[in-house]
Amino acid sequence: MKELQEVSKETRNLYWKKNIRLTIFTMVIWFIVTYVCAFFVKELNNIVILGFPFGYYMAAQGSLIVFVWLIFNYAFKMNKYDKEFGVEEEEEK
Amino acid sequence: MANGKSSFLDNLGKIYLMYTGGFILFVIALGFGEKMGMSNAAIGYTYMGITIGLYALIGISSRTAKVSEYYVAGRSVPALFNGMATGSDWMSAASFIGMAGTIFGLGYDGLAYVMGWTGGYVLLAVFLGPYLRKFGQYTIPDFLGARYGGSAARTIGIIAAIIASFTYLIAQVTGVGIIMSRFLGIDFQIGVFVGLAGILVCSMLGGMKAVTWTQVAQYIILILAYLVPVTVMSYNTTGIPVSEVMYGQVLQKIDAKEKAINADPKEIEVMGLWKVESEKIAADMKDVPAALAAKNQALEDKLAALPVDAPAADREAIQKSIAALPKNPTEATEKWKAAKAAADGKSKPIKPYLEPFARLDMLNMLALTFCLMVGTAGLPHILMRYYTVPSVKQARISVGWSLFFIFLLYFTAPAYAAFARNEVLSNVVGLPIASLPAWMANWAKVGLVSFKDLNADGILQFYELTIGADAIVLATPEIAGLPYVVSGLVAAGGLAAALSTADGLLLTISNSLSHDLYYKMINPNASILKRLTISRVLLVVVALISAYVATFKLTIIVELVAWAFSIAAASFFPALVMGIWDKRANKAGALTGMWLGFSMCLFYMIGSRFYGLNWFGVKTISSGLFGIPLGFITIYIVSRLTAPPSHELQEFVESVRIPRGSAQTHAE
Repeated sequence: MKELQEVSKETRNLYWKKNIRLTIFTMVIWFIVTYVCAFFVKELNNIVILGFPFGYYMAAQGSLIVFVWLIFNYAFKMNKYDKEFGVEEEEEK
Repeated sequence: MANGKSSFLDNLGKIYLMYTGGFILFVIALGFGEKMGMSNAAIGYTYMGITIGLYALIGISSRTAKVSEYYVAGRSVPALFNGMATGSDWMSAASFIGMAGTIFGLGYDGLAYVMGWTGGYVLLAVFLGPYLRKFGQYTIPDFLGARYGGSAARTIGIIAAIIASFTYLIAQVTGVGIIMSRFLGIDFQIGVFVGLAGILVCSMLGGMKAVTWTQVAQYIILILAYLVPVTVMSYNTTGIPVSEVMYGQVLQKIDAKEKAINADPKEIEVMGLWKVESEKIAADMKDVPAALAAKNQALEDKLAALPVDAPAADREAIQKSIAALPKNPTEATEKWKAAKAAADGKSKPIKPYLEPFARLDMLNMLALTFCLMVGTAGLPHILMRYYTVPSVKQARISVGWSLFFIFLLYFTAPAYAAFARNEVLSNVVGLPIASLPAWMANWAKVGLVSFKDLNADGILQFYELTIGADAIVLATPEIAGLPYVVSGLVAAGGLAAALSTADGLLLTISNSLSHDLYYKMINPNASILKRLTISRVLLVVVALISAYVATFKLTIIVELVAWAFSIAAASFFPALVMGIWDKRANKAGALTGMWLGFSMCLFYMIGSRFYGLNWFGVKTISSGLFGIPLGFITIYIVSRLTAPPSHELQEFVESVRIPRGSAQTHAE
C-alpha cells in the first residue's frame, strides 16, 4: 500500500471530503426524483406535457434520465478530483 | 498470443460494429426467405442455430488458461463494453419478456420495477463500484474476507451469494426452456438441456473472459429485438417511429377508453357475473375439504353418467378436469384464494391505468422500489463485473454505461405497455368473438391469452379477456402486423437475455465455490491448473443441478427470484458499504450485521408468505425493508461496542478510498 505514503493524510482527507459532498449531492437528487416525486405524484399529474402526466412521466422515464446523468456526472467529477488531489492512477498500460 | 489479444482489444469497436451489421443483414435475409416461402419452424431453427452458434464461437475462441482471465477477464474490458456486458448480465428473461407486461397490468404501480432496477445503479456507482475495483480481487466474498479478516465473513458471503444467485439461475434456465419449446416446438425438458449446452459452451473454456465477450454480443441482439417491434407499432399508431416519446398521446386515449368501458352496460353486466363467481368461491372456501370432495364427486358422476358410445373427446375432457382439480385442501385454498382475488378484481370498474397507488398502496410501492434498488447494488454477479475494467476511473464511467444500456430497454418498456394496452382497449375489446384478430388465437393456444364469452352476447368485453404478462412483448410483432421473422427476432432476443444472465450467475456460483471455498479456505496451495479445472467441473455440476431443478417447473421460482433481491440487499449491501465508508466497522459488527439482516429478511419473508405475519402491511416481496436498516444499525453499534479494527485494516480502507495504486492489483 505504498500509495498511502505517496499521498499525505491531509490531502487524502480533503479528497475524501470532496467525495462525500458529491456523494451527498448525488443521493439527494436520487431521492428527490424517485421518492419525493412518487410521494407527490397525484399533484404532479396535474401538469401534462405531450400527453404525459408529469408524475407518471417521472416514474416511467424522467427519473431514469436523471439517474444516467447522475452517474456520469459523478464519474467525471471524481475523475477530475483525482487529478486535482494527485490521487489518480498510474498510467494505464 | 499476446499480440492477438491486444489486436482484438484495439479493434473491439470495429469488430462489434461488423457483428451488428452482419446480424442485421442476416435478419433481412431471413425476411426475404420468409417471403420466398420459408416456414415459421425453419425461421425459428435458423435463429436459434445461428445465435447460439455465434455465442459458442465467441466462447470457444476466448478460451484461457490464465487465472486472471478466467476470473476477471484479465481486467482489460473497456468501460463501454463492460457497460454492455453488464446490461445483458443484468437484464434477464423477466426484464425482457415480463417487464412491459407487468406495467400493462399494474399501471403506475408497476413502475416500481422500472425505477428500482435502474436507480440501484446510482447506489452502486457512488457507494461500491469504484472501490471494489480498487480493491481488485476476484469475487465479492474476497472483499468481505479481506476487510473483515478471515473465513467467517467470507463464509457468510459465499452462502448469501449462492442463495441469491441460485434461485435466479433456475429462473433463467426455465426461461430458456420456455422460449426454446415455444419457438422450436420441442419439449420443455429438451429445451432446458439444449439451452444449458449453450450456456456452458460460453463460460466453461474462457470463464469471465468468454462470458464478457458473449454478453456484449447478446446485448446487441437483445436490444435490437426489443426496440424494433415497438418502434413499428409507434409508427403505425401515431405516424412517428419514436415510441418512447409518442406514447404520451396513447396514454390519453387509454384513459378515455377506460372511462367508456366503465360506463358500458354490457361491461357492467360482466362485472356482475364476476361478483357472482367470487361469491361462489367464497362459499367453497368456508369448508375447503368438503367443497373439494363435492367437486370431485360431481365430475366422477358426470363421467359415470356418460353413455358408453359417447365420443372419446368428451370422456377425456372430463378426465382432464378431474386431473386439474387441486390435489389436497391446502393446494385448493391457495388456488381458490388466488381465483377469488382475480374474480374480485374483475367485479369492479377498471382502475385508471395512470392512477397512482391503485394496485399497490404508496408504502408498498416505495418499499418495493427501495428493496429492488438496494438489491441491484448488492447482487454479486453484477458487482463482479466491475473487477473486469482496467482502472478505477473506467469503473466509474462503466457504471454510467451500464445504466445507459439498461436504460435503453427500461425506458422503452412503459411505451410497450401503453401501446399494447391501447391496442387491446381500442381494437380488441368490443369485437365479436367470432372475428378476433389472429394473434389472439395464436397466443391463446399456448395459454398466454384467454377469453370467454361470460354473458353470451357474442361480443368480447374487457373483463372477458385475460392477458398474461409475457404476452405483451411476445405478441407485439404480430399486433403490429410484422412478419414472422420479427417474432423470431424477439424470441432470439429473449433467449439472449436469459442466456447472458444465466452465464453471469453460473460463474458467480462456481467461482464462490472454487475460488472462495476451495482455494481460499480448503487448499491455498492448489496449482493454477488445479484451480481452473475445479472451477470448470463445478460450472458443469452447478449447471446440471439448476437444469434438473428447472425441469420441475416449480411455481414458487418466480417468487423466489423477487426474494433474491431482498436477500442480497439485506446481507451484502450493508457490510460492503460499511466496509468502505466506516473505518470503525469491524469483524464482530459485520458478522452480526450480516446474520441479523439476512435472518430478519428471511424471517419476514417466510412469516408473511406462509404464516400471516404483517408489519405495517408490507408485502413479502419487500421484506428487505426491515433487514437492510437492521443490518446497517447492527454493524454500526456492534463495531463501536467492540475493539476497533487493526491498524493494517484501517490502512486497507484508506487505500481502497483512493484510486492510486490500482495497477498493483492489475497483474496476477
